[in-house]
Amino acid sequence: MKIHEYQAKEILRKYGVATPRGFPCFSVEEAVEAAQELGGKVWVVKAQIHAGGRGKGGGVKLAKSIDEVRRCAGQILGMQLKTHQTGPEGQKVRRLLVEEGADIKKELYAGVVVDRGSQRVVLMASSEGGMDIEEVAARTPEKIHKAAVDPMAGLTDHDAEDIARKIGIPDKAVAQARDFLKGLYNAFDETDASLAEINPLILTGNDKVLALDAKMNFDDNALFRHPAITAMRDLDEEDPAEIEASKYDLSYISLDGDIGCLVNGAGLAMATMDIIKLYGGNPANFLDVGGGASTEKVTEAFKIMLRNPQLKAILVNIFGGIMKCDVIAEGVVSAAREVHLKVPLVVRLEGTNVDLGKKILAESGLPIISGSNMADAAQKVVAAAKGSN
Amino acid sequence: MSILINKDTKVITQGITGKTGQFHTKMGKDYANGKHCYAAGVTPRKGGQSFEGIPIYESVRDAKQATGATVSVIYVPPPFAAAAIDEAVDAELDLVICITEGIPVRDMIRAKYKMQGKNTKLVGPNCPGVITPDEIKIGIMPGHIHRKGPVGVVSRSGTLTYEAVGQLMEAGLGQSTCVGIGGDPVNGLKHIDVMKMFNDDPQTEAVVMVGEIGGSDEEECARWIKDNMKKPVVGFIAGVTAPPGKRMGHAGAIISGGKGTAAEKLAVMEECGIKVTRNPADMGKLLKSVLK
Repeated sequence: MKIHEYQAKEILRKYGVATPRGFPCFSVEEAVEAAQELGGKVWVVKAQIHAGGRGKGGGVKLAKSIDEVRRCAGQILGMQLKTHQTGPEGQKVRRLLVEEGADIKKELYAGVVVDRGSQRVVLMASSEGGMDIEEVAARTPEKIHKAAVDPMAGLTDHDAEDIARKIGIPDKAVAQARDFLKGLYNAFDETDASLAEINPLILTGNDKVLALDAKMNFDDNALFRHPAITAMRDLDEEDPAEIEASKYDLSYISLDGDIGCLVNGAGLAMATMDIIKLYGGNPANFLDVGGGASTEKVTEAFKIMLRNPQLKAILVNIFGGIMKCDVIAEGVVSAAREVHLKVPLVVRLEGTNVDLGKKILAESGLPIISGSNMADAAQKVVAAAKGSN
Repeated sequence: MSILINKDTKVITQGITGKTGQFHTKMGKDYANGKHCYAAGVTPRKGGQSFEGIPIYESVRDAKQATGATVSVIYVPPPFAAAAIDEAVDAELDLVICITEGIPVRDMIRAKYKMQGKNTKLVGPNCPGVITPDEIKIGIMPGHIHRKGPVGVVSRSGTLTYEAVGQLMEAGLGQSTCVGIGGDPVNGLKHIDVMKMFNDDPQTEAVVMVGEIGGSDEEECARWIKDNMKKPVVGFIAGVTAPPGKRMGHAGAIISGGKGTAAEKLAVMEECGIKVTRNPADMGKLLKSVLK
């Protein structure tokens, strides 16, 4: 799960990570009030969307008077912000963060992630902040410093200070940077985060470390023990089809093709997308119905796929293991009837009770195209999608 | 021969009184030599009871002591599953197979930390389990699609493994052992660990390696294969069409920061002499072509 920058900063402050002062705002008036409350001469008005690259897209503006705050807030709120992560349609800005301006002497980077290689949490930091860290890692790997954290001991003073020095924190600020980095790690650890990233982490004119930006993502599997974080979820930032699917415990991801796929199991679902592409088609989605593909689930899955106006055909690919093919066939037939399916439907069934399943499909009276194996089914659905142009 | 488990393996089901634990313990017991393999169950506060004639114990330690079982399978719900792994490791079992999907990564990092220096091997979590066909089935895979034979299968996915097995059967090829290592980012045995076992197993003549996007375990395994493997290996990687930054069903199936793409994995595997296919319907045929 992702949250907004202002929410990440709220969490991080509780762990002793210093940030500029600021307030979330939902209207221009609130933005003006926030600037007045903050005082000072310079403010930053920041679009709050989940995607990165907001600055380049015109979603972050510096204001040097209250009038400018008003003008910037008016421009940014409601805009369709396009960044390299939003896709060409952009994302509508509904929330702002108004912060006091910061005196930036140097931009650095700090992030905490799970490192799959070492199977540990790793603190990563660099003297090169404010830019894409993957690019820094690719171009100048020697400028990325890492410390794998012992899960029982946590991030040690020694490791935190060592990293702080390596990224160029001056001696007199090392103690503060150490507490900052330890706070960042503790926040990551205690909230079951999957990412906690400060980019840029800045050194101010008077050698203080501040989190100028902040990003936190969380492990969906651990949200059950973090109700306060779950409450931060912003459904406006998520794909409506994916939200709908999650209500029925379906794993769904929208893609830009025209062939819907309904599959049991994540690996087989990806392989089904791959084989559609291989035979010249384009998958419209990833959809894993999981182990228990009940009639209700299959029906909802069909409804979600059919919301897509691009959809030209559907491929159901099921390898029935514990899940019996006849049960799935009944689900497919009843779902196809309920949604009055108009696009061609190709079904490939394999596994337990496969003959019974095929019989149910054949006797349903529905124009279901049967695929004898994965390749046959993929070729048939690609042809069907092209035919229905 | 086979790897990890065989007809003489004695198994403990952790979480035997839950619906899933009961169902799959019964299926396992009914498969091949299962009646002699499924020796015990564990559910705290239900010690002394039994399920399908299988005695239930308070703890893994008690179950091991009473029955001599050396392997456990975990069907415990996600919030408690890591503690179940810890318990099996503390009881010094040889192998723990964790089926549970949805364990928090933080819990798995700690569980793996506690396994350091111990001899217990872990398969999973979030996996279908392990089967040595016609001998023993531990997990949720359909037993009847398998037959004993010369091909080892190692995979991060469940149904895609069944697909590979189905294609092998179509080609007239049985399996030595099929290992589902699971779709989580922090897990037990990796491709490379299972590959080493297949290399040393006299029954295994060739291996199907099924991977997916995310991480770099397939690459690591491929490099090991290049220098050490004595048997042919064929491979498929799912997710060529997966968009970056999206978690594709499995917690570990994600391209992050441009890393972990299927194209990258396939390229390294090919460089290392593994025959790969980009067509998931060709895994069986490809394996057959390298066996002669």
